[in-house]
Amino acid sequence: MAITRFFQPTGYNRLYQYDLLQNEMNRLFDSFFGRQTPVKRTTFPALNVSQDNDHLYVNAELPGIEVKDIEINVDAETLQIKGERKLEEAEKNVRYHRQERGSGIFNRTIQLPFPVNTEKVSAEINLGVLTITLPKADEAKPRKINVKTA
Amino acid sequence: MAEKELTVDKKEVQSPQEFTREGPFFTPDVDIQETEEQLTLIADIPGVKKENVDIDLNENTLTINAQVEKTGLPGTALYKEYDYGDYKRSFTVSNIIDQSKISAELKNGVLTVVLPKAETAKPRKIEIRS
Repeated sequence: MAITRFFQPTGYNRLYQYDLLQNEMNRLFDSFFGRQTPVKRTTFPALNVSQDNDHLYVNAELPGIEVKDIEINVDAETLQIKGERKLEEAEKNVRYHRQERGSGIFNRTIQLPFPVNTEKVSAEINLGVLTITLPKADEAKPRKINVKTA
Repeated sequence: MAEKELTVDKKEVQSPQEFTREGPFFTPDVDIQETEEQLTLIADIPGVKKENVDIDLNENTLTINAQVEKTGLPGTALYKEYDYGDYKRSFTVSNIIDQSKISAELKNGVLTVVLPKAETAKPRKIEIRS
């Protein structure tokens, strides 16, 4: 950003800077009001991660993927989701007007933000949405501290 | 047919039209296949229940409107790569479709709409008499 600025014609430059400022303001505004703008164009599948006191949840949109075509591996620090999306074989003599749906092998590994109880991890697919529930390990759970009076 | 790679690219609907439901709308990825008998439309609409899919054919415009069941994540969000929102997309269908025989199926977040061609629109082989 700092380097490219010098190479832009002045008129464009001002607009460009204004644009950057605008984006930054939008981002600040959004983050202040709690609307997180998702990262655009990520590798398949896109993941959303959330937590509550006892669990970590990982969600992914996997339309058209059968349970048998997914493999989930978890260890103390990482979660791996891999599999293959196979599209139904088209009949012969088919002409495509549009082909936007992708297929192939996917593999994603994410680092877990805290240790989980790997024994009790569960996963389910409902309506093409995968939800993995990872219970937090005991040491990662929030603890209530009692304040003693002196 | 060359296969398409797996990508994530949820396209938000950018239109001057206003919607009555809050939140973003997305354009689902769609395959349209044509054979001699029918047109098949396949759309990825993850997170939508069967009863919340609305397929409407109105004067040659086929509109798919699908409402997602839950919006938001359980608990508090830590990391977000995709947004939740309803799906909306329209297509112009020519009148070669037999509108009374359209059928649809939803499985694992994939909607398949079968649009059979009208009898008159099917290619006919003409025998030449000797």
